[in-house]
Amino acid sequence: MKLTLKIWRQKNNADQGGFVSYPIDGISKDMSFLEMLDVLNEELSNQGEDPVHFDHDCREGICGMCSLYINGKPHGPQQTTTCQLHMRSFHDGDTITIEPWRAKAFPVVKDLVVDRSAFDRIIQAGGYVSVNTGGVPDANEIPIPKRIADEAFDAATCIGCGACVAACKNASAMLFVSAKISQLAMLPQGQVERKERAEKMIAQMDSEGFGACTNTGACSAECPKGISLTNIARMNREYFSAVVSSENV
Amino acid sequence: MSWVTKTLSSTLGRKLIMALTGLFLILFLMGHVSGNLLLLKGDEGKSFNIYAEFMTTNPAVKLLSYLTYISVIGHVIYSILLSRKNKAARPIGYAESRASTNSSFSSRNMGILGTLILIFLVVHLQNFWYQMHWGEIPTVTYDGETYKDLFSIVSFSFQNELLVIGYVVAMGFLAFHLSHGFASAFQTLGLNHKKYSPAIQTVGKIYCVAVPALFAFMPLYIYFTS
Repeated sequence: MKLTLKIWRQKNNADQGGFVSYPIDGISKDMSFLEMLDVLNEELSNQGEDPVHFDHDCREGICGMCSLYINGKPHGPQQTTTCQLHMRSFHDGDTITIEPWRAKAFPVVKDLVVDRSAFDRIIQAGGYVSVNTGGVPDANEIPIPKRIADEAFDAATCIGCGACVAACKNASAMLFVSAKISQLAMLPQGQVERKERAEKMIAQMDSEGFGACTNTGACSAECPKGISLTNIARMNREYFSAVVSSENV
Repeated sequence: MSWVTKTLSSTLGRKLIMALTGLFLILFLMGHVSGNLLLLKGDEGKSFNIYAEFMTTNPAVKLLSYLTYISVIGHVIYSILLSRKNKAARPIGYAESRASTNSSFSSRNMGILGTLILIFLVVHLQNFWYQMHWGEIPTVTYDGETYKDLFSIVSFSFQNELLVIGYVVAMGFLAFHLSHGFASAFQTLGLNHKKYSPAIQTVGKIYCVAVPALFAFMPLYIYFTS
């Protein structure tokens, strides 16, 4: 495959940045998208140029580290992570536009790498449970119906990649935050901090500068894990009931 | 800041206000369209004028009308606050975006549709509401009682093609706004449930077509029959 890559290059956060086009040849349709970028970076390195910086880690679609806004969609044309996107989704001769996630809360570090630590701070604000340290508890000590366990697990499959923020016209983080609130709100272990969690995580989300939700559904449609909008409705219920009933004046 | 103001200035609190005022306005439109159907009764406006008099003088209706004004103003102010936050959340946009593949036109353009509806609303209030309350308006007498003849103002206004076209187009904007707004309000309130959501979606789809269509029919009917 012969392709033209139109890639966002930006030296650092202070740099204005801009698109640079790179012609690339000899790409196999069986390569993953990141392997294709590896080929480009090898060529750039051999020419003494600065390789294109992009985030990646497990390359198995489970860590949430890869990002990239490819041809107008987060993680590209398939509903999966960029590392699981393969070049067979493109055609010979295509021009592929690659941009970083765009959000005030996700500042560009370099090229296509953005700082997603805003998500970490939201988790630190309340996305945890209190557990007694000690021996490993017995399995099934706390009975949880399968339906609840499944629903909580579905929410917990969120890998925190930020595609929801990237896809949302308002750069809203509500799908992420709602998944993280839901996975704990549904389980007995999550009850201790339940109210505090909703209040603190929403407050942190707001202070990070994410937008509000217009219920367009773009986040869920683009989410590589298919996190459902029902989580956002649950988050709203959690938040509204927390603010009216918590002791936090 | 008290917990109330803190909540209402959070993004979710603001969304809550948008949803509640939006739902109240949805109820208002139901009442408005059903009352206006009296225009089509064919009794030279007698029922409509008596109804209009009742709607401007009855204390209970007055209370509802103040709630409607508050809802409109609240809906507009909070939409501006939210839109400003949303714009600020993405200072640099994408060079290429395929939003149409993941979301509906209406959902992405609620602000623009709302602004167009607001412009229509200002014109509409000037046309009839202002006239009814403070304008020079002819009177009619039914069974010895004098009423303001709002019907004659309505009939006269809709002789004007431009106004008729404007009203019909504005109802198109309203239909698109409601096509997303109706179900979206319930989602914001947290009412997303396997049992009820399909019904909310269906009622929303019927509502967003039926109510604007009935409203749009009135100026067209008056224009073509008089």
